[in-house]
Amino acid sequence: MPKKKDAKKIVFASEKDMPIMPMSLGSMLHNKTGSWRNIRPEIKLEDCIQCGICWKFCPDMSIEIENEFPVVDYDYCKGCGICAEECPTKCIVMVEERK
Amino acid sequence: MKKVIMGNHALSYGAMLARTQVVAAYPITPQTQVVELLSEMCADGTLKAKFIKVESEHSAMAACIGASLAGARTFTATSSQGLALMHEMLHWASGGRLPVVMGNINRSMAPGWSIWTDQNDSLSERDTGWMQYYCASNQEVLDTTIQAFKVSEALSIPSMVILDAFALSHTYEVVDVPDQAIVDQYLPPFKPVARVTPDEPHAFGGLTGPEHYYELRYKLQKDMEKAPALIEETGRQYEKLFGRYLGLVEDYRCDDAEIILVTSGTAGSTARVAVDQMRKDGLAVGNFRMKVFRPFPFEHCRRILPKAKKIAVVDRNISYGHHGMFAQEVKSALYQHTDDVPVFCAIAGLGGRDITPDTFREVVDYAREHDKPEDDILWIGVKK
Repeated sequence: MPKKKDAKKIVFASEKDMPIMPMSLGSMLHNKTGSWRNIRPEIKLEDCIQCGICWKFCPDMSIEIENEFPVVDYDYCKGCGICAEECPTKCIVMVEERK
Repeated sequence: MKKVIMGNHALSYGAMLARTQVVAAYPITPQTQVVELLSEMCADGTLKAKFIKVESEHSAMAACIGASLAGARTFTATSSQGLALMHEMLHWASGGRLPVVMGNINRSMAPGWSIWTDQNDSLSERDTGWMQYYCASNQEVLDTTIQAFKVSEALSIPSMVILDAFALSHTYEVVDVPDQAIVDQYLPPFKPVARVTPDEPHAFGGLTGPEHYYELRYKLQKDMEKAPALIEETGRQYEKLFGRYLGLVEDYRCDDAEIILVTSGTAGSTARVAVDQMRKDGLAVGNFRMKVFRPFPFEHCRRILPKAKKIAVVDRNISYGHHGMFAQEVKSALYQHTDDVPVFCAIAGLGGRDITPDTFREVVDYAREHDKPEDDILWIGVKK
């Protein structure tokens, strides 16, 4: 399956090419909801026990498992903090964004 | 087979014969028997469908949307306050292009709390992108329910089959319940345009920016514009199999009429009786019953109504600050299509006040005595 980052934005030139219903328009590729974030999760991997709970609980599918460890996709993470709340070893901490 | 059944059960039998696969509904007077019978049919296996019990009408329509998106033929029924609670979900069904069919029993909106008929509940939903059929007999309710699935599924647009509270919903009439095998011939299984399936994953109803939303609405309207011809075509197919034509309007003695009454629902069948009585008294009156309100039958209005010298629309509804809604739309349809035929806008029967042949006689007498209406609304039967 292709990575989200590699996908192309879909723009139809004519209504005739479009599906009749709003369906897989790829609109979220360019709507980086991570920019809404006020606090960001940071993972101290040395304390991570690779349980996958953060991956499972993330409501925006913004945690991916790479090389058996969690990685946050900051393009879409809105900073809700559920991963930090659920992490059994508390290795995820929410840190204030400084832009 | 001929049965004596109430209007509500005509809806249930229609949904059963259409081989509805999912029913999700919440009970409300005067709709309850529709889903009561369907739940019995699901329980005893007469209807092989999933009956989903829900905690509100909003959830009922949400469940229907999910089921339809999963590829199931889906039915529900409601009335009045329940329809109003569904409002948000009605847009989701039509915008999502899901051919859900729903029975709505016309019941007046509270307050004052009322269970009796008028059309303000369904007409408040006229702009939600649903087709609307206003029925005048239990037979028409059953036949139209089956037809509604056929038209809805061909166009991917949901439909409301509408009947008056008590005047039809609880009134028993002889209804010819067609054979399942012939209905199957008329209405093959539902083939969805797209559906939720793990084999081909899609995101449905997601964020749609200004670069696409406009075209989706254009496509909905373009498909809605195909509906009048398709309703007539499927109505003729129905007639071939079952002997009953299902059209957009019923024009009765309109050809030589000086005054044409425009009516809908059961008031339309009362008007037919009134027309016969007035014809006996030498008055050239006709009745134009609008069965389908969405899509609006422009062509029939423009072809038939200008034959008369005067048109009198009798609305069992009101758009506060304007007229009755059928009157608004008839006037709008005729504008620039006819030479100033006066349109009298009468309102009658709100909140279930009886509409009788005398109601139409009063409207016709007024229209005969006046070249043009004196007021925007002609109120029939208000205790002044």
